[in-house]
Amino acid sequence: MSTEHKITTQQVNFKVFRFNADEDYLPYYEDYNMEVTSEEVVLDILNRIKWDHDGSFSYRRSCRHGICGACAIKVNGRSTLACKESMNDMVDLFGSELVIEPLSKKRAIKDMIIDKADFWEKHAAVTPYLVADIDETPESENLVSPEDADKLDEADLCIQCGACHYACPVVAINEDFFGPAAFAAAYRFDADVRDSADSRLKDVNEEKQGVWDCVKCFECAEACPKDINPIAKITKLHQMAFQEGIAKNNVAVRHAVGFKNSIVKNGVLDEGGLVLYSEGPSIVKHIPVALRMFSKGKIVPPWGITKSDNLDEIKKLVKSSSTAKF
Amino acid sequence: MKKLKYALFTGCTAKQSTPEQMMSTMAVAEKLGIELVELTEASCCGASHLQDYDEFLSLVLNARNIAYAEKQGLTMVTICNTCQLNTAMTKHKLDNDEALKAKVNEKLAEVGLEYKGTSAITHFLYAIIDDFGLDKIKEMVVTPLSQFNIAPFYGCHNIRPSELQNETHNSKENPYNPTSLDDLIIACGGKNVDYEEKNKCCGFHVELQAPHTAAVLTGNAIAGAMDGNADMMVTPCPLCHLKLDTQTAHASEAIGRDVELPVLHMQQMVGLALGCTPAELGLNHHLAKVDFV
Ligand code: SF4
Ligand code: SF4
Ligand code: FES
Repeated sequence: MSTEHKITTQQVNFKVFRFNADEDYLPYYEDYNMEVTSEEVVLDILNRIKWDHDGSFSYRRSCRHGICGACAIKVNGRSTLACKESMNDMVDLFGSELVIEPLSKKRAIKDMIIDKADFWEKHAAVTPYLVADIDETPESENLVSPEDADKLDEADLCIQCGACHYACPVVAINEDFFGPAAFAAAYRFDADVRDSADSRLKDVNEEKQGVWDCVKCFECAEACPKDINPIAKITKLHQMAFQEGIAKNNVAVRHAVGFKNSIVKNGVLDEGGLVLYSEGPSIVKHIPVALRMFSKGKIVPPWGITKSDNLDEIKKLVKSSSTAKF
Repeated sequence: MKKLKYALFTGCTAKQSTPEQMMSTMAVAEKLGIELVELTEASCCGASHLQDYDEFLSLVLNARNIAYAEKQGLTMVTICNTCQLNTAMTKHKLDNDEALKAKVNEKLAEVGLEYKGTSAITHFLYAIIDDFGLDKIKEMVVTPLSQFNIAPFYGCHNIRPSELQNETHNSKENPYNPTSLDDLIIACGGKNVDYEEKNKCCGFHVELQAPHTAAVLTGNAIAGAMDGNADMMVTPCPLCHLKLDTQTAHASEAIGRDVELPVLHMQQMVGLALGCTPAELGLNHHLAKVDFV
């Protein structure tokens, strides 16, 4: 269609986060009203602010090809690679009022530039490299089959832009949490047939820092400009912990396993039973809320649970289709 | 209009800790003339945790649930965001991977079932909007909620990952600025509150293993709605509801501020606007005060 190549223009009002940690006590927002063409990407706008309006405006960029990961920022709360994101799409999504902010306002140094040290520390903590005994005088190539390469599930395409990390609500609350990008990196190397590290999977299974504190919000999957889908890698890391037999006997692990126990008994979940199995004696801390819930008819005792019809089918399937052990 | 008919996958919560959600779903369906056939054979969907342990088992169980909807030739309607995500994700995987589908069907054959991929799966919220229509709801409102500021709380598993979610319904939702629930509030005559946390996480899935994280997320959500001057919150997800309604003490403690608002299930809000009584909607099953009726 001929319309596909027509360049259109429109007025957009940009509210741009401004802050200089050396001079400003608090950040502020500056408005720039600009005519934007459908051909432009977000980085073009950052350039125009700097070149046409205020030379002190600061941001990171290098490759302009979605490869270096330097230019990630937020537009209306959505993490994005400035050099890859079309202005047209942004206006389609959010209209003609666009808020331009750094990935993390808390970590802002100057305008779009943030202190990414926490991101790199977490990345370094997951042994983000191959651990292998290298034969220094090999007689043939060390080949990886296409099937084995597929196991990485494209985790190796991560450009460490940090978009997912700073979109993750748990990163914002729990400073020990490694975060989605570090988990994607951990998966990338653990899934590599040449790798023989034994600490990595254990590290990402530790409480507080590890995968079990992920709240399953899918913010990381939504944010990633490279379609890495970090939460899918997190799910795989969970499964690997069981496969390798290193899943700890703790509340998080029992919580995952407990679903199966409940399903095989009732088909449906026994909510109270699951909490009891997961928490063990620590269940006492739930008693005050549980009593209030009970008084409002929100707790069904085990004997009051309506089991699934055709429960024998479910029992049979659980028996024949189980693939994991704990 | 032809009478709308769906296979209802209630999920476990509606039958246990949120009985009011089950009551209000049925009450609203009756008012709207929608027929819901309960899938009493269905098992738990695994609530996004079972697949961390055993992915294949989770696929088989979810495929079995869907197969029962297919047997009746009906679209499956869910009333829980996490049920919706798990079932839709299973469908997506099986519909796009013949080999996996064959493996799953090999197991289902043992119990005389087959997953075909013929039933759509949609959340009741989107069934109402897409199939019934907001305009028709608007016409049917007898008690407009016009005196209330209502804060929509969408819940992660209905809006992310958006690519998958938008496969399951016609009204395209922007996960960074969702509008479906806002539109429903407006159709019921209420005033929708815009606030930062409306598309954020409630923390439910780490309630046991990371109680502090979970409580901060819940606290921030209620606080955001309160700062937006909301009289109440509304959510399409019973798990979000459990967090927002029953965990206010922990949430308040975690964020150092007293937070509490009445929290309605999406169905309860629609039910009130359509003239259902508080008893029909199970408003007596809430922990947070519901003092506006
Ligand atoms: S899914 Fe997990 S890792 Fe990803 S953003 Fe949410 S909490 Fe963080
Ligand atoms: S996983 Fe995606 S969003 Fe996260 S750092 Fe890598 S490329 Fe960026
Ligand atoms: S400038 Fe390198 S990724 Fe954008």
